[in-house]
Amino acid sequence: MSFLTDAAIARLCEAAAWPVFDDGLTITGVAGRGGSATVYVARDEALDRDVAIKVLDVPDPAGRAAARLAREALILARLDHPGIVPVHGRGELPDGRAFYVMKLVRGRPLDVAASAHAALPDRLALFARILDTVAFAHAHGVVHRDLKPANILVGGFGEVYVMDWGAAQADAVPEHELVVAGTPGFMAPEQERSAVVDRRADIFALGTVLTGLLGDDAPRAVRAIADTARAAEPSARYQQVAELADDLNRFRDGLAPSAYRESAAERLLRLYRRYELPVLLVLAYVLMRAGLLLWTGR
Amino acid sequence: MSFPPTRLSVVARTRSDDEETRRVAFAALVEAYWKPVYKYLRLQWRLDPDQAADATQDFFVSAIEKDLVARYDSSRARFRTYLRLCVDGFQSNQVKAGRRLKRGGGAPLVSLDFTTAEGELRQHEPAIPADVDELFYREWVRALFDRAVSELRERAEARGREVMFEVFARYDLADPGAERPSYAEIAASLGLTPPTVTNHLAAMRREFRALVLDRLREVTGSDEEWEAEARRLLGGGW
Repeated sequence: MSFLTDAAIARLCEAAAWPVFDDGLTITGVAGRGGSATVYVARDEALDRDVAIKVLDVPDPAGRAAARLAREALILARLDHPGIVPVHGRGELPDGRAFYVMKLVRGRPLDVAASAHAALPDRLALFARILDTVAFAHAHGVVHRDLKPANILVGGFGEVYVMDWGAAQADAVPEHELVVAGTPGFMAPEQERSAVVDRRADIFALGTVLTGLLGDDAPRAVRAIADTARAAEPSARYQQVAELADDLNRFRDGLAPSAYRESAAERLLRLYRRYELPVLLVLAYVLMRAGLLLWTGR
Repeated sequence: MSFPPTRLSVVARTRSDDEETRRVAFAALVEAYWKPVYKYLRLQWRLDPDQAADATQDFFVSAIEKDLVARYDSSRARFRTYLRLCVDGFQSNQVKAGRRLKRGGGAPLVSLDFTTAEGELRQHEPAIPADVDELFYREWVRALFDRAVSELRERAEARGREVMFEVFARYDLADPGAERPSYAEIAASLGLTPPTVTNHLAAMRREFRALVLDRLREVTGSDEEWEAEARRLLGGGW
């Protein structure tokens, strides 16, 4: 047999990992790789459409990875929301690997997409859509536990998808099956210590995501919102995503967020910005009257 | 369905109470590891071909005499890392002592084809990575895949499925530097239909994957190590 070069081995690795389905799904490419699974792009011949399929890479003698994948599929199936990718089905390859099929969504990770949205209001609008999605999951008893820019996809029309629910904690998941999960830098302090967290852990991660979106020249008021969301102590954070969203909306509407105590000068400046046109009209009127008085009084 | 290991780790079998089991297991271990050890001694320790061949034989004899496999602790390192460190320790002692061990005598455990290994090195001398463990790893994977491909071909021949293996060879073993043939081209050249090519390729890939996982199971020290190595190999980590 001829010598196996590094390139030949790479091709064989791909061949050995390449999933083969019995039922009209044909893999056409790789969409992304995670810790223990790969997401492939596939053609669904029967329905003449492209889909995404998440397939375990690894041998799973104890079935733990397959159970996690199945749990992720079930959680996604429960969450019927435009910001969450719908699941079409799940199953097992002839070689024993578990998989699930979902809608194929195309987009860029949040950090990449945000760089194309230079204006702060645009970035905050993106962030508001993320909040809406996470709030929906929380309302259904699901905590994501691994929110970060790489797990948030922004589509070509600004639509947002919160991805990778593999670490999610749901009401239905027995606590003894949970392990500490998350990404350093985005994990709340209590999340690093405990496998069981509540929705405030996601709020911490959202605060970190928001901090990354703001850039260096963002107003202090919106920075305070991010800082409150990522307070070390859970009780010092927003207790619900809706509270975070409300505060952010107040800022976007030119009102004072609850997270920030503004000075008199900042208040005046904010009011001026919010009511710029009426203020200018009043000023112009006052100046005109003053000028008229001066002219007639001569 | 999960992935039940069809073969026990040779590391576990070398600890068997049965002498014959131990002997066969050790032969399998040597078969899996001699080439990486030889190439590692050539490239990392800069031994000439004869010195590296002797040192490889001597190392495995020494490993039996000193019962190195039995002393392996899976909680401390992967087995291949442990074995590579043992090679370093062995060769370092050889250099210090300025001598070579006398061969263990008796018939060799397996026939070691140093000429072929040396030919591979001369034709395809790999770039030496800064991480010596990476060098050993890549040669170890090469040996593993080499065995899996050989076994796939032997199995196909034994079952009269030479055409199926030929499809696999033409598509997945084709020179990566050249343009890959299409399914239609392979079908035309072998007198098959494209769907048959698709099916043959799928069957061979499935069997190849199972072989790789089986051989990997043999040469790793624990289930965790097996899973981690498989994750790296089949999860895009090569």
